Amino acid sequence: MRIAVCVKQIPDPATPYELDPDSHYVVRPNDQVLDDTDRYGVEVALQLAEATEGSVTLVSMSPSGNLQGIRQALAMGADKAVIVDDESLRGSDSLTTAKVLAGAIQREGFDLVIAGTESTDGYTGVVPQQVAELLDVPSLSFAKKVELAEDGAVRIERQTAAGYDVVQSAVPVLVTVTSGVVEPRYPTFKGIMQAKSKPVDTLGCGDVGVSPTTTQTIQAVEPVPAREAGEIVEDDGEGYAKIVAMLEQVKVI
Amino acid sequence: MPFTEEHEHFRRVVREFVDKEINPHVDAWEAAGMMPLHDIFRSMAELGMLGLEYDPEYGGQGADHLFTVVLAEEFGRADHGALGMALGVQVDMATPSLHQFGTPELKAEYLTPAMRGDMVAAIAVTEPDAGSDVAAIRTRAERDGDEWVINGSKMYITNAVQADWLCLLARTSDEPGYGGMSQIVVPTDAPGFEVSQKLEKLGMHASDTGLLTFTDCRVPLTNTIGHEGAGFQQQMAQFVVERMWANYSQVTGMERALRRTADYLRQRVVFGKPLLKNHYVQYKLAELAAEVDLLKHYNYACAEAYMAGQDTTRFATIAKIKAGRLGREVADWCLQFHGGIGYMEETWTTRYFRDTRLVSIGGGSDETMLQVLARLDGYFA
Ligand SMILES: Cc1cc2nc3c(=O)[nH]c(=O)nc-3n(C[C@H](O)[C@H](O)[C@H](O)COP(=O)(O)OP(=O)(O)OC[C@H]3O[C@@H](n4cnc5c(N)ncnc54)[C@H](O)[C@@H]3O)c2cc1C
Ligand SMILES: Cc1cc2nc3c(=O)[nH]c(=O)nc-3n(C[C@H](O)[C@H](O)[C@H](O)COP(=O)(O)OP(=O)(O)OC[C@H]3O[C@@H](n4cnc5c(N)ncnc54)[C@H](O)[C@@H]3O)c2cc1C
Repeated sequence: MRIAVCVKQIPDPATPYELDPDSHYVVRPNDQVLDDTDRYGVEVALQLAEATEGSVTLVSMSPSGNLQGIRQALAMGADKAVIVDDESLRGSDSLTTAKVLAGAIQREGFDLVIAGTESTDGYTGVVPQQVAELLDVPSLSFAKKVELAEDGAVRIERQTAAGYDVVQSAVPVLVTVTSGVVEPRYPTFKGIMQAKSKPVDTLGCGDVGVSPTTTQTIQAVEPVPAREAGEIVEDDGEGYAKIVAMLEQVKVI
Repeated sequence: MPFTEEHEHFRRVVREFVDKEINPHVDAWEAAGMMPLHDIFRSMAELGMLGLEYDPEYGGQGADHLFTVVLAEEFGRADHGALGMALGVQVDMATPSLHQFGTPELKAEYLTPAMRGDMVAAIAVTEPDAGSDVAAIRTRAERDGDEWVINGSKMYITNAVQADWLCLLARTSDEPGYGGMSQIVVPTDAPGFEVSQKLEKLGMHASDTGLLTFTDCRVPLTNTIGHEGAGFQQQMAQFVVERMWANYSQVTGMERALRRTADYLRQRVVFGKPLLKNHYVQYKLAELAAEVDLLKHYNYACAEAYMAGQDTTRFATIAKIKAGRLGREVADWCLQFHGGIGYMEETWTTRYFRDTRLVSIGGGSDETMLQVLARLDGYFA
């Protein structure tokens, strides 16, 4: 089974983000990390590839930097990576991102595409469905479990508010996984040493057939106002009534 | 230091492993006075963290020394000292002689399983009546046919209760002093071997430290590591790598302790302002951190010399004295600046204070290090 996994390199969430003063875009440092939520997708892909003697290709759109984040996923065991790094993609909205990813995936060939539910930094949570639409394949979302059915179809347990639904589709198909779907493995020493020699193709917009059009610009950025002190309700036995009144006033009940 | 992308990647993986797989269990292990070394080492072995510099033929990884530096540094950041010590014993104290001098058969039987995490190793040198003065050891191994018959006892042995084999230093001839000693692999299921006592300690609570006795304990002559009669020299070389491990891991422990203390002092308001607003406190912490940094770079110089194939006895000795003393100072100041809560068992400072105290004693006391140094540098008569 040929599996493509969409993985995002993001600035390390543990370090403060910086905004470019003119464009207001996040300044992407040379050192980026693999988005934590994408580790689950990589793990699912590796397990399915191991079960089917398949291959795992990482697909990513971002400034390449030193490829640190991509190598994290290669060290886990992915076979190769394709990264679309084009200055004209800066500030892309989710649809442009999806076009780029779909173009790169199409170029590689695939039976299954795996993506996260939503990224840690952008978290629009709409890119994977757009990718599926552009690839013209069904999308199975919110998988908390992914397995292969007897006939080679992909079956998932889709997380719902009440429990889960079992959903199945023949390949080719796109699946989004939730965190917790599997326990992602640690890269081994060998994996780390091999990561650097695995193929990483760096592509531009033209290679994936996308001509970027700027669809959004950021006009201004304001810091979040500091939180004001809360109101303390003294409980004289009737405190609950005051709280109910306050909740009614802010229209939450 | 020329750490490459791979070293830094490995560092992140080890750090995450310590945070997720080790630290959450530390309190329970400390309370139990024991940690499941076989399980821990096995999971580390699966990730290729054991035997970094050893021959892949015997379960090693064929890595360079800087990966060991990274491993030691990251285990030094753990929530207790005991596991870092136990790991140090496994990879850098009980096994280097076997790797360097052992026969292929002996390595296949003991080194490979240790590097796979299937066996736990211990190093048995110290005796009730011989610690600093290693030449005074009395444990004897006598030849009987194709076996050694061992009698004697070993004291303060780390990993003792769980160990599957020991790298034992024993007298194998009547030659006095430094001559006539050999290193012998003793499997702990050998007849006549006994862990007489699990010892209670000031710190390193999760580490099983024991008193071992050998009563006509029999092991094959082929368990001898390297040259018969060269045991003392082989052990002295093994001590050097042991000390380097300790030195690397202390630095990161101290860095972390100082940072955690600063974080606390930023919050703690005394006389109407955070404690960290006092110059006295700032300067003390900054100066200690500066000293830690000096040690760190001295360690890196040691690592570089080691990689260039040079004798690092002097580097390791000087760094060991500094690591022991500076560790005590850092632990003491961290506890002091925390005030009463720093003295409470619930705060990390107490365990750190206890664990760190060992460094000036174990692996050769500060005074023994000074004795070595005085000789090396010609300050003796
Ligand atoms: C030069 C350049 C600069 C960029 N700067 C930023 C920036 O400052 N902030 C920002 O959030 N994004 C940036 N991007 C990336 C891109 O704009 C976003 O990925 C996109 O807008 C979608 O975001 P999301 O995170 O909301 O996706 P979501 O829909 O929340 O993501 C869901 C899943 O889709 C997949 N996915 C999403 N985006 C990508 C991607 N880029 N590559 C691979 N898989 C992906 C992942 O599997 C993810 O878990 C930049 C890209 C380039 C080329
Ligand atoms: C928790 C722990 C774990 C240990 N693990 C191991 C292990 O796994 N394997 C092992 O073989 N050993 C182990 N040891 C033993 C350790 O190496 C010895 O305790 C150490 O070498 C000191 O020896 P000693 O205790 O016999 O002290 P002694 O030799 O009795 O010395 C006592 C003190 O005298 C002073 N002193 C020594 N020599 C001189 C001198 N020349 N001039 C002036 N003062 C001097 C020093 O202050 C020293 O601390 C461990 C010890 C502890 C506490």
